[in-house]
This record gives sequence, C-alpha cells and structure tokens, in this order.
Amino acid sequence: MGWLKTGSSKPSAGLKGVLREVLSYKSAIAGIVILLFLIGLSVYTMVTIPLPEAIQAWRSSEAWSRNPRNAQPEWIELFYGRRLPRTIKVSLGETKASEVLREDGTLSVSWVIHFNYDYDDFPSEIIVFFNSSYVEKPVVEIYWIRPDGDEILLKKHSLRRPDDRLYLSNDLGLELKLERLFESKIGKKPNFTVTVEKGLFSEYSQDPRVLKGVYGMRLEATLSKNDVLNAELVVYGTVHGLAGTDHLRRPLIIGLLWGAPIAMSFGLTTALLTTSLGLIIGTISGWYGGKIDSVIQRIVEINAVLPFLPILILLTTFYRIDLFIILLSVVVLSIFSLGIKGTRILVMQIKSYPYIEAAQAYGASNMRLILFYVIPKILPPVVPGMISSVPGFVFLEAGLSYLGLGDPFLPTWGKIISDAQTNGAFYKGMYYWVLEPAFMLILTAIAFALIGMALERIVNPKLKEL
Amino acid sequence: MTIPKGFLKFVGKRAVLLLISLVIAIYISILLANFGGLIDEMVKADLLMSITMNVRNNPAYQGLTASERQRIIDSMYQAALEARGLNTPFLVRSLYHLKNALTMDLGTALYLTSDSGSKQVRLIILERLPQTVMLFTTVTVINFFLNLLGGLFIARKYGSKIDKAIAALAPTSVIPGWVYGIFLILIFYTWLHVLPPGGLVDYPPPKDPFLYFLSVLKHMILPMLSWIIAGLFLGLYSNRTFFLIFSTEDYVEVARAKGLPPRQVDMGYVMRPTLPSIITGLSLAVIGSWGGAIITETVFDWPGLGRLLAAALSYPDPPVIVGEVAIYAWLLTLTVLTLDVIYAFLDPRVKVWGG
Repeated sequence: MGWLKTGSSKPSAGLKGVLREVLSYKSAIAGIVILLFLIGLSVYTMVTIPLPEAIQAWRSSEAWSRNPRNAQPEWIELFYGRRLPRTIKVSLGETKASEVLREDGTLSVSWVIHFNYDYDDFPSEIIVFFNSSYVEKPVVEIYWIRPDGDEILLKKHSLRRPDDRLYLSNDLGLELKLERLFESKIGKKPNFTVTVEKGLFSEYSQDPRVLKGVYGMRLEATLSKNDVLNAELVVYGTVHGLAGTDHLRRPLIIGLLWGAPIAMSFGLTTALLTTSLGLIIGTISGWYGGKIDSVIQRIVEINAVLPFLPILILLTTFYRIDLFIILLSVVVLSIFSLGIKGTRILVMQIKSYPYIEAAQAYGASNMRLILFYVIPKILPPVVPGMISSVPGFVFLEAGLSYLGLGDPFLPTWGKIISDAQTNGAFYKGMYYWVLEPAFMLILTAIAFALIGMALERIVNPKLKEL
Repeated sequence: MTIPKGFLKFVGKRAVLLLISLVIAIYISILLANFGGLIDEMVKADLLMSITMNVRNNPAYQGLTASERQRIIDSMYQAALEARGLNTPFLVRSLYHLKNALTMDLGTALYLTSDSGSKQVRLIILERLPQTVMLFTTVTVINFFLNLLGGLFIARKYGSKIDKAIAALAPTSVIPGWVYGIFLILIFYTWLHVLPPGGLVDYPPPKDPFLYFLSVLKHMILPMLSWIIAGLFLGLYSNRTFFLIFSTEDYVEVARAKGLPPRQVDMGYVMRPTLPSIITGLSLAVIGSWGGAIITETVFDWPGLGRLLAAALSYPDPPVIVGEVAIYAWLLTLTVLTLDVIYAFLDPRVKVWGG
C-alpha cells in the first residue's frame, strides 16, 4: 500500500501549503470573509425559515396584508435625514368599550383607540380590518380624532361581511370631504392635493406638514346581544424592516435571505459537477484515444455548434422547470465544453511519463491509473477554474429567473429583480428593490472570483511572477 | 503554386467531420424545439378544435345529422392535416425539417409574425438581424480592440499603478453585462433622467432619417456601455498577461537589445506571433454576437434576435427556434472551417497533412 501513503499525505501537505499561500493574498482573505458571511447567512436562513414555510409565505398574499406596499427599508432614513413612518397597528380588542343597553334590547357600543404619530412623513395607506360575527349587519360609525382635538366623521359603514375591510385611502367621498374641510379651515384652496392620508395627518396649512401627536379613532356601532365586533386600524408606513417590501406587500428580506443558499448551492454544485465530470471525460478521451476519443471529440464539436442558453431553456422546458432540472441541464451542456480539449492534451502527455509506465508494468488497471495516477496530477490547475466558474453559474440562474424561466416556486434574487422591473421600479425610482438583490448577487460572485483568482496565481507560477 | 494533395484531403476530412457535427446539432435542436413531436400534437388539437367550431357554427351545416356533420369534420381535418404534412409521423417530418434547415429553407412560423405581417421565418429573422448586428457586433468589435490595445498599453506599463488597478478590478468582470445594464438604467434613467431605459427609438419615431438615426444611437448607449464595462477589466488584464508572457520570449529580448523602438517591438515581435489566436478570438466573438443576447435584449427591451428567440421559446414556436439555431450553427461551422483551413495553410508549424 505504498502508493496510498504518498498519495494521501502529499495532497494534504499541499493543501495546507496552498491554504497558507492563499491567505497571503489580501483579496483572497476578503473573498473568504465574504464567503463565510454568506455561508453563515445561508445556514441561519435555513434554520430560522424552513424552505416549505418560505415558499408558502412567498407565494401567499394574505399573510402580508398588514405590510405596506412597496415600502423602502428602514435604514433608508439615514439618507433622508427624516423619521419615516413605520406601520402602526391598533386593535379595538384591548380598549374598554362603553356600552349602553337600549330599550329594544340592542347595545350601543363605542370604542376609542389611540396611537402616537411622530414621523416626518405621511403614511402610505390606511385600512380598517373588521373581524366580527353578527346576526344582522351592523352599521359602524368611524370618527377621527386629531391631536388638536378636532373630530371628523370618516365614514358610516354597513359591514358587508364579517371580515370586511375599509380602504379609507381609496374613499373618494372622504377625500372630497377632507378637501372642503381644509378649504374652510385655511380660507382658500390648499397648494396640494388633499389625499386621505394628508387630509388626516396634516396641519391645516397651505402646504402639507405632518401634525405630530396622539391621534385617536372612535368607533360607534349598534349591535345585537350576541354580536361580536372587533376592528384593527392599520396605518401603513413607507418603510418596512431591513429590506422593504414589494408590490405584493411581501417582505423582501425573505427572498433576499433564501436567495443566498439557493444561489450558492446552485453555483457550487454546478461548478463541482461540471468541472469534475468534464475532467473525467477529458481524461478518458486522452487516455484511451482511438474511437472513444473521436466520439467524445465529435460530441464536443456538436455541443460547440449549439447555442448554449436557448438549448438550455429548451431542455428545461422540455421536462419541467425546477432548480434541479436546470442544474442537470447546465451540467449536461457544460461537461462537453471546449475546455476538455486542454485536459485531453495534458493527459496524452502524462500517459508517456515513466511513473505511469512503471505502474502499468506491475499491472495497475486503467481505472486505477486514471483515478490515482493521472487525475491527481492534473487536478491542481483545475481547482481554481472550478472556483472561478461559480459566479457564472450564479448569474446564469439569476438570468433564467429574470427571464421568468427559473424555478417557479423558489424566491430567488433574479426573480426579485424581474419583479422590480416589471412593476415599474425603474420608472418610480424604487432603487432598493433592484439594488438589494443585485448587491447580494455581486457579493456572492465577487467572493468566488477573488478566491479563484488567488488560487489561479498560486497554481500557475507564470501568472504569479506577473 | 499548386495546392498539395494532402492539404485538400485534410480540408475535405475536416469539412466532412464538421458537417456531420452540424447535421447532428441541428437535428438535436429540431427534436428539442418540437418537444419530440409534442408540438405537432398541440397543432393537431388546435386544428381539430377550430374545424369543429367552424362546422358547428356554419349555418349551411345546421340541417345535417350529427354523424353527417362528424363526417364533414373528419374529412376537413384530414385535408388540413395533409395540407400541413401533419399526417406523416413526426420522425419522418423531423427528417424533412432537417433537410429544410440544412438548406436554409426556414418555412413559416406557427405564431410569431414579422412587423410587416409575414409569417415567413426568413423574413422574421431578417427583420431582427440588423438591430442585433448594429448593437452587439459593434460592441463586440469595440470591446475587442479596446481590450487588445489597452492590454498592450498596460503591458508596457507593467508594475505601474494603473497596471495594479486593472489587476485589482479584473474580478468585476464576473458580473455579466445585463447586471451592469440594470445599474446603468438606474443611474442614467431613474436618477439622472438623461437616457432612455430601453427600446429602439423614441416614441413616436422621428420622421427625419437623421433624427431617427440619432434617436437609435441614443438608445444604443446604455446597452453598449453595459457590455463594454462588463468586458473591460478582465479583458485588459488577460490581454496584458498574454502579451507579458509573450514579451519574455527570447526573440523579443533580442529585438529590444537591438534597440528597436518599443512600438516596433510590440507590433512586430509581441503581437505578430499571437495573431492567429487573436483572429480566432475575434471571429468567434463576432459570430457569437449575431445570436444576440437574450437577457441583455430583455433588460433593454431591444428588438433583436435574442428577444425574438425568447418570444419563440415562450410560445413555443419551433420553426423560429430551429431557424435561428440553424443560422447560428451554419455560421459557426463555416467560420471554424475557414479558420482551420487558413491556419493549416499559413502556419508552417501546423503540418497537418504530413509530408
């Protein structure tokens, strides 16, 4: 078993050496730090948000009804220098109602809820969610109490269903009422369009100015004896969480976090399979020569003539689009790339080396020669290439997702960019929506590129001198 | 000068091998684009459906019994199948498609039409080709010379600050053009409002041809810039390294020692032996650019071959897919063959035909 000893001890010493050398490159250290961060992020994501939950959450619209639409991330305030509104949710349930029993046996109930509003901008939307059970549809009166004491009747509303919603922002009647109120308070038409949000939260002034303070909402309803009424006032902000939300109110953070393990596992697995299978095929081609070689060379030529991306798309749609099929298709199309010609020529040279002849002399099989004598010899220059090929695969997956040809269920970075573009992020200036996934993509790509380049210099001494 | 017999034999053998690869490649794409015959079934189902609806809604057939009507439907369906050649099995049809694709008889599209309303695949492709060539071939050539001359320049400044900066920036080229495109749109459209986010011309298109040209040029800036940036640093870096490796050869040192001016050393001694690989690189890049770029064209809403292919893939419209792939494969095969022949003829080291 002599060969095993030298065979196994040498690469490990080499590995240590390589690691020490890699760490002598600052760029490689940066790459490794980014990579470790991304791996940590992926592990954290997979532990805290299991994939089925993430997929379900990403695809359901109901789960996010209390999130603002197209909200920017909270840290964006740093650039604006103002406090931007968060989403405020106040429920009736917690406040004690005043109840009056009428002669006809119905209850006249009233609730008052309060919340503090001290942001520098107006909210994006106001909705009242009802949650009730009743015999006869109750009529609800909603009053708005401003910090300056003014009280406005917002709406007299007959519940249409137990879980009715009152979209105050879309209420044109209310808008008109508020506009008249402003006109009468300041004596002339204000300089701005009085939307519901501005009408409710602005000072009575010529220009919109947020009136800070404690706001209140009073609800009055007439209920039968066993009726239950609960309501939640949601004043939507313009910022949300670490990453903001998209057009379906989904928190982008879920997509951004889950994008990491998806992109990394796709990139790494594809790179590993493509490189190792390509290596084996190239070696077989060079080792055996003859018919096997010419068949492999013809396949390479056929593959070179076919345009990669269209054939890849055809292959994936031929079956069904999911990440695994995409991965397999990429591997199938990549292993017969022109790159294996280089391996083939190297192997042809190695084949005539004395140590191979010696091994052949004591009767080593072809399999053994290839696996233990040839491949270890040609492996070093291949590894940097493998690492450097990861970004390409990461962007390939992102590109396919961007085209709408990626996995339809998984939340990926490419899909977020595509969503952003088709929903007018460029036009409306929602930078965060595009920049966040793009930043994650670039971070991942650069990490592998930096490490790959350092490795390339280490194994290719000619480059090292330059 | 007589052409050696061995040379002709080499060219013939190479041509045959490449043509076999071409035939197989196109046949694979035909099988894939037709989903192994699945598209035929879809077309047949569509035909039967529309014929049935027509017969049912036609007042002339109202008086007939159900079985008589069915007979009419059957005969019309058979006639329609025959008219389209759908009554032969897919395997036979696929060979027929293969013959057509190889002879560049591209046929008619299933769904897509050209802007002028034609269903001829040839016309649909010809309509898109100029836009793609105008954008991607131009930028490929620009990139090529920019990186080549820039690389040569930097190789001369080996070890300087700019050299180190280029080496440090080289990893940025792993980011593909379409991602840079998205950044450029954010900067020049969303933020600065100076350039359009995509499309071919302004809407409505200017009447005056010169203004039209200027408008197209304006729309080309961002997509071209995105590809130039994407290729720049790695291109410069690898060209520089390539030239540096070649400039340490003995004959270059000798030329320098003779006191030849640096320019002459660069052109005559460093560049010249690298010319074959440079020409190969350029010609393959130019051919590759004719296929357009699916993702970049989608980002910039550019009406080229890439977008056409994307549309054809999403329908799917097999004749258009096969047409594009066949043109691409033919161009590539011819280019490779031409390059093989030129090198075999010119380079004394490649004595492929023995002797």
